[in-house]
Amino acid sequence: MIEIKNIAKSFGGRQILAGVSGTFKQGDTSLVIGSSGTGKSVLLKCMIGLVKPDSGEVLYDGRNFLESDLNEQKAIRREMGVLFQGSALFDSKTVLENVRFPLDMLTEQAESEKLDRAHECLRRVGLEAAADRMPSEISGGMKKRVGIARAIVLNPKYLFCDEPNSGLDPLTSIKIDQLISEITDEFQITTVVITHDMNSMMEIGEKIMFLYQGEKLWEGNSTTLTQSHVPELNEFINANKLIREMEK
Amino acid sequence: MSRLGSYFIFLGTLFRNPEKFRVYVSLILNECTNIGVGSIFIVALVNSFIGAVTCVQTAYNLTNPFVPKNIIALIVRDSSILELAPTLSCIVLAGKVGSNIASELGTMRITEQIDALEVMGINSSSYLVLPKVIASVLMFPLLVIMAGFLAILGGYIAGTLAGVISSEDYVSGLRFEYKPFGVTFALIKTVVFAFLISTISAYRGYNVRGGALEVGAASTAAVTNSCVAIVAADFILTQLLLT
Ligand SMILES: Nc1ncnc2c1ncn2[C@@H]1O[C@H](COP(=O)(O)OP(=O)(O)O)[C@@H](O)[C@H]1O
Ligand SMILES: [Mg+2]
Repeated sequence: MIEIKNIAKSFGGRQILAGVSGTFKQGDTSLVIGSSGTGKSVLLKCMIGLVKPDSGEVLYDGRNFLESDLNEQKAIRREMGVLFQGSALFDSKTVLENVRFPLDMLTEQAESEKLDRAHECLRRVGLEAAADRMPSEISGGMKKRVGIARAIVLNPKYLFCDEPNSGLDPLTSIKIDQLISEITDEFQITTVVITHDMNSMMEIGEKIMFLYQGEKLWEGNSTTLTQSHVPELNEFINANKLIREMEK
Repeated sequence: MSRLGSYFIFLGTLFRNPEKFRVYVSLILNECTNIGVGSIFIVALVNSFIGAVTCVQTAYNLTNPFVPKNIIALIVRDSSILELAPTLSCIVLAGKVGSNIASELGTMRITEQIDALEVMGINSSSYLVLPKVIASVLMFPLLVIMAGFLAILGGYIAGTLAGVISSEDYVSGLRFEYKPFGVTFALIKTVVFAFLISTISAYRGYNVRGGALEVGAASTAAVTNSCVAIVAADFILTQLLLT
């Protein structure tokens, strides 16, 4: 379980996050939704320690991440997997090398063990055949899959995905969402997914948090989503529906 | 001024809790190939021609019949070793290696590859930058030794082909009043330039914010800042070591 308490962050006097709190449960795929520029990525970066919040706490199963010393932080980081918005694959390495990179850097496993594990993860995301290709030679959806394989290679307890379906067609989006949700169930991971995709919300939204201009305005799930009385949320959903209809 | 401060802070992060040593070995070898082998051609080309031009031009300017011909070779030798080979090669390398380092790191920054390293708990600045700095400091002196040699050779070929100096005069000029410290001086300069180019360019690339446009700007800034640093350091080192 991950708990965040009153996370606030400003950049150069502009407040981006105004005290966001919430909990993310183990085995759940929790969504953080909101339109572009509301601070979803900044919230995620605060949680994983890439951005230092001005105030607030992040607790990983009770361990205070931001207050920990360097070794404790490293230990918690080893339990995290992150899928970045642009996949963030190392473009000088092959798909397989990308997936085994965390093993190479952070474990003392034998060569064959590492290879087995990397292949196993690639198989899990359905990309064994692409093991020797370079990131520049594969499609956006495949990159996301490789990103997922790399994120889960160390058996993370916590998985973070920043807009896993940005830039993908609707069908590929759904497949990526399902993959994330399946992996979460299978390995009982605490998963946080940032998205503004309506399909994802209906499809995998076991728990949804709505951010609006740096504040949490609503919390619920895919069934209560459309019955809220929060005008900003309804506006957001309607705009999304409109886009979805236009796509059809 | 604040940029200078953050540059020094950046230098500090390169050495704070680095990764295991064996991680670096293969990275450094890789960068040596990139930086060293990849730059041989351009450095060789520029220096051979600069040597040739220096020789012919010096001959053209020395019209006084009382000045012995072998002075031409001596001038080519000293200007090549002391200034042309180290400084000019490093200016060329600032354009090639510096812009390459800045754009590579800048691209890694904007595509979140650096963030990906950081969340794994890897010190991204030392993992990415240190091998480039070490490889530059190792390879630049080798390139400059080759450069000095080729400049003198270029001068010889051009001078004898153009008929401005005989090969005996050229060789005797090369050996006249030769001071080995010149070579040491050139290598000291080169090591300093290599450190400046690689760290300044890495600093520029590593701290890119934004998109592709900013990566291009960082790459340009890396080259111009490196060149300024080179000529400034050249002046200071010459003052310190040759006077
Ligand atoms: N490092 C930064 N420095 C300054 N401003 C930033 C930084 N990161 C994000 N921002 C600003 O914070 C706001 C929220 O960004 P972000 O969290 O990326 O939005 P989104 O919800 O679309 O993910 C944006 O206006 C962005 O310009
Ligand atoms: Mg975002």
